[in-house]
Amino acid sequence: MRFQLIGLNHKSAPLEVRERLAIPEKHLPDTCRELTAYPGIEEGMVISTCNRVEIVTHTQNGHADLRGFLHTHFGLKPEELDAHLYEFREKDAVRHIFRVASSLDSMVVGEAQILGQVKEAYATARAVGAVRGQLDQLFSRAFAVAKRVRTETAVGSSSVSIASVAVELAKKIFGSLHGKNVFIVGAGKMSELAARHLMAHGCGSIFVANRTYERAIGLAQKFDGQAIKFEDLYATCDRADIVITSTGAPHAIFRKEHGEQFLARRKNRPMFFIDIAVPRDVSDDMAKLDGIFAYNIDDLQQAVSTHVADRRKEAEKAEAIIASEVEKFEARISTLDVVPTIVSLQDHLETIRQAEIDRVRGRMGQLTPEQEIAVEALTRGIINKVMHTPITTLKSAARESEATTVVDVVRRLFNLQVKGKDEASDAKKTEAGTRQ
Amino acid sequence: MSLLWLRFALACYFIGLVYAFFALSRTSDIFARIALHAASLGMVFHFVSLTELFLSGQAVWTAVHNGESLLAFLSMTFFMVIYTIYQTTAPGVVVFPVVFFLTFVAAMNQQPVLLVQFVPAKGWLIAHIILIFTGYAALVLSFGASLLYLVQERRLKSKKPKSLSSFLPALETIDQMGYRSLLLGFPFMTLGLLAGSVVAISTFGHLDFLDPKILLSVLMWAVYLIMVFTRWNSGWRGRRAAALASVAFLAALAAGAANYFSTIHRFAL
Repeated sequence: MRFQLIGLNHKSAPLEVRERLAIPEKHLPDTCRELTAYPGIEEGMVISTCNRVEIVTHTQNGHADLRGFLHTHFGLKPEELDAHLYEFREKDAVRHIFRVASSLDSMVVGEAQILGQVKEAYATARAVGAVRGQLDQLFSRAFAVAKRVRTETAVGSSSVSIASVAVELAKKIFGSLHGKNVFIVGAGKMSELAARHLMAHGCGSIFVANRTYERAIGLAQKFDGQAIKFEDLYATCDRADIVITSTGAPHAIFRKEHGEQFLARRKNRPMFFIDIAVPRDVSDDMAKLDGIFAYNIDDLQQAVSTHVADRRKEAEKAEAIIASEVEKFEARISTLDVVPTIVSLQDHLETIRQAEIDRVRGRMGQLTPEQEIAVEALTRGIINKVMHTPITTLKSAARESEATTVVDVVRRLFNLQVKGKDEASDAKKTEAGTRQ
Repeated sequence: MSLLWLRFALACYFIGLVYAFFALSRTSDIFARIALHAASLGMVFHFVSLTELFLSGQAVWTAVHNGESLLAFLSMTFFMVIYTIYQTTAPGVVVFPVVFFLTFVAAMNQQPVLLVQFVPAKGWLIAHIILIFTGYAALVLSFGASLLYLVQERRLKSKKPKSLSSFLPALETIDQMGYRSLLLGFPFMTLGLLAGSVVAISTFGHLDFLDPKILLSVLMWAVYLIMVFTRWNSGWRGRRAAALASVAFLAALAAGAANYFSTIHRFAL
C-alpha cells in the first residue's frame, strides 16, 4: 500500500492560498497526466473544490516528492505554500480519502456535494488513464464507505442553514411546495436567499413589497415575480402561503388583526411567516393565531444549531465505521500486492514443467496416452508441492510489515519479472534519467 | 372457524396497537413498516373470517359482534386507502387502537346479541348496516386526522427543532386526509340513516324521533353536517375542527350505546 496524499483545505489554508491552487475543471485532465508522468508516481488524481485541493497518488516506493510537484506545477516557492500543506501516507491517506468522500472533513459536516465532486475528479482521472489499479480500488471503496456512512448514520439528514431549515419547515406545513406563493416583504439579501431556496423547491409565484417601490421591482424581476406597493401589503398578503419578512420597521408590521384578516380571506388555510427582521416584524399575538406559523431568526438559528450538534454526534459514529473500513481495505489491498508475484511464480514453474516434458518427449519418442497422463500428474504434483510453501508464506506475509521483503526475496530466488509493473517502472526510470 | 380467523387478525392488529403507542413517543420507520405489514396480514385474516361467516349462511346481520367486526374491517380498509394515497402510517395512531378494540370485542363475544325485533325489510337492513358502518369508518378516520392535525400544529407552534423530525405528515396532508374522509363519509352516513328510516317505518309503521337511538343518530348526523358545512364554507381547521369531530365521534358512540336503551333499535342482553 504505497498511497501518498498531499493537499490543503479550508482548515489548513486561507481562501487566498486556496484560490491560487484551485485547478479549473478543464485543466484537470492535463494535470492528471502531468502527475502520472512525474518521477515516482504510478497513479494520480486531483481533487479541486472551493474548500480543498488534494493530490492523491499511488507511488513506486511510497516516497514521491509531491511537494516538489506542487511547487513546479503552481510555480510557488516552498515558503509560500508548505506551511499550509498536510501530507498523509499509506493507511492515513486511505483514512483521509474515506473521510473526505463521507463528508466528515467538509466545512459543513455531512453536506452531500463533496461526494459528487470526488466522483467527478475520479471519472476525469480514470478517463485519462491516471487511475487504473490501486487508486481505482481505493476510490471504489471510498464511494462504498460514503454510502455506508449515509445509510447507517444521520450525518447528512438535517438542514444546517437558515434557508434550508425554512424550506424544511414550509414542507412540514404544506407538504409539497409546488404552486405555493411566496411574498417577500423588505428586499434584503437574506430574504432573497430564502426565496431562492423556496423557488428551487417548486414554489409558484412570488410577490415583493418594499418601502422603496423601485427596489421591489428590481427584486421581483430577478424572480420573474410581481412588485407590490407597500401600502397594498395588507390587501394582497393573503395571496401568499409563505411570507418572508425583513423590514427595518421599529415595531411589528404584522399584528393580530392582520392575521385574522388574512385567515378569513384564505378560509383559514395556514400561512407561514419567516420573520428574519430585528426587531421582529410579526407580533407575538399574531403568531399565536391558529393557522399562523411564525418563525423568527432565533427560532431558525436554534434549529440550525441543534442540527449541527446532531451531525457532530452522528459524525462520531461515522468515524468508527471509517476506522473499521480502513482496516478491511488495508487487509484486502495487502493481499492484492502479492498476487502478481504469485501469478508470476506459477507461470515461471509452469514454463519449466512444460520445457521438461518436451525434453522427455524428444528423448523417449511418442508417449502412450496412459504415459502422458502419468507424466502430467507426476510433474504437476511436484510443482504444486514446491509452490505450496512460497505461496502460503507470501499470502500470510501480505498482512505483515515484512511483505515487501518477502516478495523481493521470492522474486530474486526465482528470478521473477512481474508483468506490467516492472516494465512501467523501467520506463519511468528511463524517463526520469532522460529529464535529469 | 370464522372466529379463529378473527382471532388471528386480532393478533396482527395487536402489533398495530403497540405501534400506535410507540409512535406517540418516538419515530421508527422499521416499526412502522412492521405494523403496516401486520395490519395487512390482519386484514387478510379478517376478510377470510367475514367471507367465511357470510358464505356459511350463518351470518346474523343484526348481531352486534358481526357489526363490530365489519366496522373494524371497513376502518382498516379506509386506513389502507389513505396509506396508498399519502404513504403515511400516522393515522394508525388513532385507527389501530379503534380497530383493535372493535375486533377484540367481536372476537371475544361468543354469544351473539341480537336485535329484539323481527325485521321484515332485510335488504334495506343490510344496506343500512353497510352504509352506516362505512360512514362510521370515515368518521373514525376524520376524527383521527383532526387529532393528528392538532398534534402537528402544536409541534410546529412549539418551535422545538425536534418537530422537524416528527413522524407525522405535513399539516396540509393531514388536513386533506380528514377533509376527504369527511366528504366521503357524509353521503354514506346520510344514505345509511335513510335506509334505517325505511327499515324502521316498515317495521313499526312510523319514526319515533324521541327514541334515544333515533335522536342521537340525528344529532350525530347534524354535527357531521355542521362539520362538512363549516369546513366547506369557512375552512375550519385545527382546534375548532377537532372539537366538532370529537362531538361527532362522541355522538356516534352515544348512538351506539343507545342500542341498549332504544325501544325500536334494541339489542337483547
